[in-house]
Amino acid sequence: MIPISWYLYLGTGLFTIGVIGVLTRRNVIIILMSIELILNAVNINLVAFSQMFHNVDGQVFAIFVITDAAAEAAVGLGLIIALFRNKETVNADEIDLLKW
Amino acid sequence: MNFLDHIAFIPLLPLLGAFIQLLFGRKLRNSEVSLVSVGLPGVSFAWAVGCFIELLGRPEHTVVTNLYTWLPAGAFHLANGSMGNLTVHVGFQLDPLSAVMLLVVTGVGFLIHIYSIGYMGHEGGYYRFFGYLNLFMFSMLVLILANNYLMMFVGWEGVGLCSYLLIGFYFQRKSAGDAGKKAFIVNRIGDAGFLMGVMLMTVTFGTLNFADVTQAARSGQYAVGNGVITAICILLFIGATGKSAQIPLYIWLPDAMEGPTPVSALIHAATMVTAGVYMVARSNALFVLAPTALEIVAVIGAATAIWAASIALVQNDIKKVLAYSTVSQLGYMFLACGVGAFAAGIFHVMTHAFFKALLFLGAGSVIHAMSGEQDMRKMGGLMKKIPITFYTLLAATLAISGVPGLAGFFSKDEILWQSFSSPHGSTFLWAIGWITAGMTAFYMFRLLFMTFAGPSRVDHEVEHHIHESPWTMLGPLTVLAGLSVVGGYLNWPVESFGKFLEPVFDNPSAAHAVEYSHSTELMLMGLSIAIAFAGIGVAYAFYVKRAATPERLAAAPGTAETILLNKYYVDELYDALFVNRTKDLGNGLAAFDMSVVDGAVNGAGWLTRTIATISRLWDEWVVDGIVNVAAYATKLISYPVLMVQNGLVQSYALLIVMGVLIFMAYYLIHF
Repeated sequence: MIPISWYLYLGTGLFTIGVIGVLTRRNVIIILMSIELILNAVNINLVAFSQMFHNVDGQVFAIFVITDAAAEAAVGLGLIIALFRNKETVNADEIDLLKW
Repeated sequence: MNFLDHIAFIPLLPLLGAFIQLLFGRKLRNSEVSLVSVGLPGVSFAWAVGCFIELLGRPEHTVVTNLYTWLPAGAFHLANGSMGNLTVHVGFQLDPLSAVMLLVVTGVGFLIHIYSIGYMGHEGGYYRFFGYLNLFMFSMLVLILANNYLMMFVGWEGVGLCSYLLIGFYFQRKSAGDAGKKAFIVNRIGDAGFLMGVMLMTVTFGTLNFADVTQAARSGQYAVGNGVITAICILLFIGATGKSAQIPLYIWLPDAMEGPTPVSALIHAATMVTAGVYMVARSNALFVLAPTALEIVAVIGAATAIWAASIALVQNDIKKVLAYSTVSQLGYMFLACGVGAFAAGIFHVMTHAFFKALLFLGAGSVIHAMSGEQDMRKMGGLMKKIPITFYTLLAATLAISGVPGLAGFFSKDEILWQSFSSPHGSTFLWAIGWITAGMTAFYMFRLLFMTFAGPSRVDHEVEHHIHESPWTMLGPLTVLAGLSVVGGYLNWPVESFGKFLEPVFDNPSAAHAVEYSHSTELMLMGLSIAIAFAGIGVAYAFYVKRAATPERLAAAPGTAETILLNKYYVDELYDALFVNRTKDLGNGLAAFDMSVVDGAVNGAGWLTRTIATISRLWDEWVVDGIVNVAAYATKLISYPVLMVQNGLVQSYALLIVMGVLIFMAYYLIHF
């Protein structure tokens, strides 16, 4: 069988790439995509543990997370549209109105 | 009704009059003012006559009435170590001396009050005049009737005050106000001497009652020539020089002519100025013990007599002549007291009151007729126009000149005889008195001739208004003229006046008179009469034979005349020595006050303000500075801190991730 640690390493790797993406990418859509990556990395973790413990709870949780991710993507895109209407930009480092 | 028991009414009735006038007089009509203020002194006079008659009927010659105790001062140590007990009463003493003064003051005073009705009738401030006049009567009567030196001093000060008020009656004139101030201030200088004498008397005798002091002085305790007694007498006499206008303090009396003429008559002729003579006579027991003091009194009296007479020779204002005449005659009274002839001095006080008051009132009548003109060079030929005034003034002038038969002759001759024959007297003093008598006759008749005789030098407008005075003015003139004629016979042919006063002046240590022959006395009398007529003759020659034309009178005066006209420049001398030096002192003190005292105060203020400024600067710069620096430091620290809030979501997310990693690291390391 494939050792669970490989799945976890994958999950960690994806999570890290996602976090780095959220933190460093300039385009807000890319940030959204990175958030999806994070969520998916969590999903891999959940499913890997579900398979290891032969328990279907992990998979059910993963379904919830997917649903949640979808809703969140919809809302997030809506936010971006609203933001773009106000500031004409999709660069995260140009949105600094709540500066000191 | 016992007059003597209620002798207090005599001074209190005029006081009531003064009270009424000065509080309500403004609302009263002239007739009501006259009724009160002339009636009350009239009642006082009647009461005084009653008291006098009762006194004659009593066996004892002194009656003392104490109203109440004023100063129960208690025991204290006298100068010689024994204990004294000073108690001063408000009390009245009627004895021959005060009885004589009382009758003169109330009688002549009453006549002058009547005269003032006519004289002041058209003046403003009628009620004020009578109020002050009544207040004066009260003070003078307190002075005369007092039974101790302190009460006498109360009256003494009171008459000084009333003199000031009445001299400055026409206060709208600056000269009148100045004259009033001069009188009061010069008086006060004398009063300082009087008070020191009274204080010395207190520590020497321990009492201030006349009876007790006289008794102690006559008891033989003190040797003749005692230094303390001499000092007391000299100090008292200084007070007398101020009040009775002797050298050196006579300067106020001529200026006092600024007041209305009745004031000059009453205060500066008949009554107030004689207070000094009365006081010396009252203290005769003390003076007799101090021959040095008596000598000083006599010499100053004689010197003043001739000094003032010389000034009167050339004065052109009718009242000024009379003023200097008063100073001169007062000199005679002090000469008499100074040679020990106190009774003669008091006799002259009485006769002088009659004819001097008459002279002043008559002069007032002339001034009234002349519509206010007082310069004799503008008078002349008034004899036919105001005859009654002329004849009464003639009687007075004859009296003052010492023409035999009238009052002045008897009193002045007695003084001249005593100054020659008394053990304290000398031929020199007699000679001064004799020459002065001649000068007196001259200047008085000069006054009479210039005013009434000769060609008329009167201004045209004034000439139309010349009229005889109303009866309220002429009545007193006539009465006084009668007294000037018969008053002297009180002491002739028998010495009833002298005998009457004997109990008061009976001093055991009085020096015994040298016996002179009767012929010497007659010779001196003849000399007096001769020089009197000589003076009259010279005046006649100068002013009637050589007609007193306006040109001759207006001729420029020679050097001697100028000195006399300017009163020997005494006022200027006093100005330079005392008055201006006092003003300089005042100015110096004022400058000191402005620069040093005010400077100190201002400096304190400046100091306070400077400290306040420093405080303010400290507060602004240091205290506020600290607060501001604290805030600034906080702000400085905040700069790096607020860099965190850059509005970028990604950096916030980065901080979250870093926090998570830190927590994870912590747990991973510890577990």
